[in-house]
Amino acid sequence: MKSAQSIASINDFVIKFANVNGSGSASANELFARAVMRMGVPVAPRNIFPSNIQGLPTWYEVRVSEAGWLGARGGCDMMIAMNPQTWDRDVASLDAGGYLFYDSTKPMPASKFRDDITVLGVPLTAMCNREYTDPRQRQLFKNVMYVGALIALLDMEFGVAEALIVDRYRGKDPLIQANVHALRLGYDYVRAYLPCPIGLTIRRADAVGDRIFIDGNSACGLGAVYGGATVTGWYPITPSTSVIESFTSYCRKYRTDPDSGHARYAAVQAEDELASIGMVIGAAWNGARAFTATSGPGISLMQEFFGLAYFAEIPAVIFDVQRGSPSTGMPTKTQQSDLVACAYASHGDTRHVLLFPENPYECFTFGALAFDLADRLQTPVFVLSDLDMGMNESLCKPFDWDDSRRYDRGKLMTYEELEAGKDFGRYLDVDGDGIPYRTIPGTHPTKGAYFTRGTTRNAYAKYSESGADYVYNMERLRRKFDTAKNLVPAPVLHAASQPTRFGAIHYGSTSPAMAEASALLEADGIHVDTLRVCGFPFCDEILQFIADHEQVFVVEQNESGQLRSLLINEGEIDPKKLVRVLHYDGSPITARFISGRIADALSDRKISPIRKVAS
Amino acid sequence: MTYLAKPKLLSADAPRNALGYTRRDYEGAISTLCAGCGHDSISASIVQACFDLDIEPHKVAKLSGIGCSSKTPDYFLGNSHGFNSVHGRMPSVLTGAALANRNLLYLGVSGDGDSASIGIGQFAHAMRRGVNMTYIVENNGVYGLTKGQFSATADKGSKSKKGVLNSDSPIDLAALALQLGATYVARSFSGDKEQLVPLIKGALRHNGPALIDVLSPCVTFNNHSGSTRSYDYVRQHNEAVNRVEVILPRDPIETSYPPGSLRRIVQHDGSILHLRKLDVDYDPSDRIGAMNHLQERQALGEIVTGLLYVDSSAQDMHSHLNTVEKPLNQLGDAYLCPGSKALEALNALLR
Repeated sequence: MKSAQSIASINDFVIKFANVNGSGSASANELFARAVMRMGVPVAPRNIFPSNIQGLPTWYEVRVSEAGWLGARGGCDMMIAMNPQTWDRDVASLDAGGYLFYDSTKPMPASKFRDDITVLGVPLTAMCNREYTDPRQRQLFKNVMYVGALIALLDMEFGVAEALIVDRYRGKDPLIQANVHALRLGYDYVRAYLPCPIGLTIRRADAVGDRIFIDGNSACGLGAVYGGATVTGWYPITPSTSVIESFTSYCRKYRTDPDSGHARYAAVQAEDELASIGMVIGAAWNGARAFTATSGPGISLMQEFFGLAYFAEIPAVIFDVQRGSPSTGMPTKTQQSDLVACAYASHGDTRHVLLFPENPYECFTFGALAFDLADRLQTPVFVLSDLDMGMNESLCKPFDWDDSRRYDRGKLMTYEELEAGKDFGRYLDVDGDGIPYRTIPGTHPTKGAYFTRGTTRNAYAKYSESGADYVYNMERLRRKFDTAKNLVPAPVLHAASQPTRFGAIHYGSTSPAMAEASALLEADGIHVDTLRVCGFPFCDEILQFIADHEQVFVVEQNESGQLRSLLINEGEIDPKKLVRVLHYDGSPITARFISGRIADALSDRKISPIRKVAS
Repeated sequence: MTYLAKPKLLSADAPRNALGYTRRDYEGAISTLCAGCGHDSISASIVQACFDLDIEPHKVAKLSGIGCSSKTPDYFLGNSHGFNSVHGRMPSVLTGAALANRNLLYLGVSGDGDSASIGIGQFAHAMRRGVNMTYIVENNGVYGLTKGQFSATADKGSKSKKGVLNSDSPIDLAALALQLGATYVARSFSGDKEQLVPLIKGALRHNGPALIDVLSPCVTFNNHSGSTRSYDYVRQHNEAVNRVEVILPRDPIETSYPPGSLRRIVQHDGSILHLRKLDVDYDPSDRIGAMNHLQERQALGEIVTGLLYVDSSAQDMHSHLNTVEKPLNQLGDAYLCPGSKALEALNALLR
């Protein structure tokens, strides 16, 4: 059956794969996404998966966009419907004129289809049953077969996917042959029995450039390696676990002593999140660069230790890969809802330094930078990623490193300085920036030792219950926080093409959708300056941006507008000036959503131009 | 914890160890614990052990949690870095510190509230993880800082100072450490310095997790007639299984005990433990035997003290993790950062 109004698009559409968790489809789906990328067409895939191991539905959404938009688009032009359990929902979710690809081994009644879509059936199970006897092979190669079918349907180059298989299984010839054979089976069937190419096609382009394709968690782990981390205490939790897996994997490659075979790092799987941050604090106190990776529930558990590290002034790096909250929330869905919990983690007047990467490149660079900042400021530094950025591969500029760069270990007083009689007061503000000097255990036989504690002390680290000593410390910590304002990465401004009274502030993985939303709004004559916040505390440029605009939209992925709350609280901003644009259903925010909300808001206020964009 | 430093008065003929240090060099600030507190005796034993072993004070990192016992690291080894962390979580902080620098000595001081309640998880995992440390529990069966509640080590049937009967069974931290894989397990009494000092010395020389559960009566809240942690009760029910002496290879110590009852145990670092067994059937290299012995004596209402178990071939966490010999906190940029060329190669793989 075929619709008269099928979607026709070259290098600009969305394909969704509906699978069953545990069916081995992930590598096949990724093969397809990479093949698109290798044809020079930008691609943005996203896993939508349940919190279980096997049996529940899972989707893999691939956005193909030669224009380079990497945010989620919304909608679906082609569905690879491999999960009977979600069939009705999947069919319904197709845009009119879309394409439905399914396993036609078992006949489906007409009532299971729609009149306004194109249906493409391939008897995948029957083909697998003829070709393979092993049940697992039948399942795995069925996935590769539908990729082969797609290569034909979308008019892609077979050799591109074939080369990817060769790269993936290099040195394992039987695996290469078997996978290429399955790919060819799917491809040949479609070429022989279905009209192809369909309206959606991939044409070779040159829009990827030298960009790389990697997930944010892997980039965070690599950032920790380059940042000089040697100790991690960690506890498994979705979606942050692969940060540690990446770190240890890269360490095995780059940090194994060539002569002895010994490790130049230590990774300990702790008994819980409390122990993991405890290990980090102990290691950092003793002069190692140390970090942990966790998610919202882990952040909750670590609170007491965050307060200790803040008040005792111990460096620590925490990668928080945010997920749906509160409580267990939506463990495999994305959100940006740990912002306030991290900014003010622990009881009392604590304030923490936060970094907001927007993509894997910044997961790497901010990840490495976090260790310098933690040492320089002697305080915990949080790198706030999220599931969307952390667990999905995306295109980003290639990693780079300045070999002349040296780690900033901050104010460490040495044996020589102590020996020379330099005054050492652990909490003495020598330079007026709020940052004191510290010594590492074992530095000097008779000088520089001090007692670290979470209770009040004087400038020389002696226990004190004096109110004056407490106030001295708190004011110094405030000065230190002010110092941090100029050390965190500066915000990134994208000015609208015309002067405007309106601005939008956003952070992290919202960035690609925000960029596309700006373009959509501009196309409708609505001009909005955008500012991406890269760190907390907020620097003056952010506050100036708000002051310079009559109305500022704050775009984020949580229910309460946490970035907005922080801006109001820390910048003493009039709440009326900041308009919430909130998306928090667990799916990544889309350009359509942002532009729709901003256009609606401006329309409601009867501020021209008021043309709405399609939502 | 105190802000009062001890006066720097020193007798000219004060004994000095091989490093030229006097015992004063191993002391800390003036204790603010109650007069007669058993914890101060333990601090004195730590001072004595470190002095005897010629340990450089600044090569010791002393860590604790929260509570009366956890205050004590301020009162010894004043030239060591100390860390008063959070309640019950000293073991993880110590583990991290030990990961950073394997060349320091790690001394963890904790209490029964700290280790047997909120911290029992971290206590257990530090023992099984093989952290190279001396973990001293100053065990008085009561919460002193909050004025007299039972701790988890308090015996069932004992009474609080206010007359409340304890209906819960006690946790035996030594028995737990044995079960969890600690490779040096001892129990002592803060009033028995003759036994405690050698046990601490043995623990400091041990390569692996060493637990010493020290019964340390609380003079203010748990030294009354209904208590099973009072000085009188412990003295009456104390049965030592052996006596321990540490003899360093470079400086042998003659023992005054009959040679026929000595047992030699060569430790990982070459130091030798000489155990004088009071119980002829007791074998301190037998973990299961030690566990049985503890249970049997406990059933009789007795407190077993002495070196209960030692594994002379123990390996520590760094061996398990296969880390480099050089402390991780001393590795420079060149050893840690793979550089731009490695990134270029990695980028090529990611396209």
